[in-house]
Amino acid sequence: MMIEVRLFATFRNNRGKKVYVELDHPRVEDVLQSIGIENDEVAILLVNGQDGRFDQELVEGDYLSVFPPVGGG
Amino acid sequence: MYGYHGKYLRINLKTQEVKVETLDLETAKKFIGGRGLGTKFMMDEVDPKVDAFSPENKLMVVTGPLTGTATPTGGRYMVVTKSPLTGTIASSNSGGFFGAELKFAGYDMIIFEDKSDTPVYINIVDDKVEFKSADHLWGKLVGQVTDELQAEHGEKARVMTIGPAGEKLSRLAAIMNEKDRAAGRSGVGAVMGSKNLKAVVVKGSNKVPIYDEAALKAVFKESLKKIRENGVTGEGLPTYGTAVLVNIINENGVYPTNNFQLAYDENADDISGETMASDYLKRKNPCFRCPIACGRWVEVDGVEMAGPEYETLWAFGSDCGITDLKEVLLANNECNELGLDTISAGTTLAAAMELRQLDLVKAEEIEGEPLEFGNAKSIVEWTKKMAYREGFGDKLAEGSYRLCEMYGRPDLSMSVKKQELPAYDPRGIQGQGLQYATSNRGGCHVRGYLISPEILGLPEKLDKNALDGKAFWAKAFQDLTAAIDSSGLCLFTSFALGADDYAALINAVCGTDHTGDTVFAAGERIWNIEKMFNLESGIAPSEDKLPRRLLEDGIPEGPSKGSVNQLDKLLPEYYELRGWTTGGIPTDERLDELGLK
Repeated sequence: MMIEVRLFATFRNNRGKKVYVELDHPRVEDVLQSIGIENDEVAILLVNGQDGRFDQELVEGDYLSVFPPVGGG
Repeated sequence: MYGYHGKYLRINLKTQEVKVETLDLETAKKFIGGRGLGTKFMMDEVDPKVDAFSPENKLMVVTGPLTGTATPTGGRYMVVTKSPLTGTIASSNSGGFFGAELKFAGYDMIIFEDKSDTPVYINIVDDKVEFKSADHLWGKLVGQVTDELQAEHGEKARVMTIGPAGEKLSRLAAIMNEKDRAAGRSGVGAVMGSKNLKAVVVKGSNKVPIYDEAALKAVFKESLKKIRENGVTGEGLPTYGTAVLVNIINENGVYPTNNFQLAYDENADDISGETMASDYLKRKNPCFRCPIACGRWVEVDGVEMAGPEYETLWAFGSDCGITDLKEVLLANNECNELGLDTISAGTTLAAAMELRQLDLVKAEEIEGEPLEFGNAKSIVEWTKKMAYREGFGDKLAEGSYRLCEMYGRPDLSMSVKKQELPAYDPRGIQGQGLQYATSNRGGCHVRGYLISPEILGLPEKLDKNALDGKAFWAKAFQDLTAAIDSSGLCLFTSFALGADDYAALINAVCGTDHTGDTVFAAGERIWNIEKMFNLESGIAPSEDKLPRRLLEDGIPEGPSKGSVNQLDKLLPEYYELRGWTTGGIPTDERLDELGLK
């Protein structure tokens, strides 16, 4: 299945704003690893805009939003 | 006496009498400084029922014991007065360099009393304090006033000034220092304007007395290490500034759009920190002794200017349905020059746009660029008209609550206690909603930034939709924030530092014996005295509420679709934790325990 990954801040370097990853029955961390992002680099992980888990199994249509440590205001 | 100079200026603007008075050390320790000390003086000296624009209101410019010291971010000061926007206590924090310079001049605080008959500014050089005519400065923009005063008093002089918005008594007027740093909220600039006080210039040559230099060096080093190693203060904020939040908050589906009608903007990335960094950023713009340096400096069509914070990008951007970054940068610069609070100015335009959308404000009332969601050309023009009170701008200058009330729909003002809410929709962030509703200065994110645990995961991740524990977190964040605001440090240090770190810094500077617990206790004391000021000013406990839309209308679409804020389920627990009555009033017992009786 195709998973949309929305990238922000420094995760965009050399990757762009958005990538699509095709994997069979992936968990979140499988998707991230396939684009070279380790779990410990991620500060905020959202699946469909809600708090996600690295071991969460994804289904068709899910999208990820991932942020490195960022900031407040 | 360490950390404090032990003296402050009392300046009567009517009689031009200047007194140097002695600061009572016990009072200073009890309320720390800044926000706490200023509120204590307001409570003792000003009738809370006074009209904010009356000469009987006082304007207090208050440093903390760490202001001007070798502590990370130790340059903050507070403006404390009664707010013309909310009727509550106002305490607006600013960075830059002015606060530290005031400390170097040898003063912990300035109390301005009464009202000058003509426009004046005050020039302070250590022991010399002089009144100067401001006739030639009245009406001028913040940048020009600052340049002229530095040309006259030296480029090392620091300038705090109001712009035309403060002169015109806009309830959204800020006090600016170093041209682009603002004591922004609650209309403090209008109080300064009401006193015919255009500016304060200060230059000092004293050092802040330090209790234990060696200990300070050690705790400074340790706290600096924590700040540098923390992902937010060491990397995120330095790289992108606060603007990085645009995408974070939007992706969570809690990013207010079109005056909180929506909570997701599909074009938000166009005005994000990432886009600003790639298209407009020139350099960082740090405050006094700040290792974080979140301030931005941008270039627009060859002209350099201060860059906006997250809240500003949002207020003039998506909250007005606009994602034209250039126009938002120009509107931010306009606010700095005119001396306007960017949050309240932008969101008041958003409220006006909704009134237009509903045809409650008729097209013929809007002489000029149409005030309609998505019209990027409108924001700079109407910001100017708001500041100068031109045409419909006269109504905008009153703020969104009074504006919407004029058209019979005060519920369309997205505000608490008449102060406009900032850039987080509390329908999808339950604790932040409680914090907004109970904030002592009305709608505000920096009275207890629950976004930190509920969205950013600091110091630990909380479920933003859950209610459990949120009352506890709201109280804890409010109390610690009150202490930090009073110390002279920047609230942003709290992403990396905890109460024990603040205790160690204050102890090294002041020779006190604070622990993390006593820092929290001081913060709770400050929170309660603010609440007492508000109650005595006539702000009913029932004002601890949110706009109807946020309680009843589910978010229509996006990741937080269907959510409403469940304030009624959190308030009773919050009041109980505070030791207040079920109706939200501090009990005599609680006040006694806090040393406030």
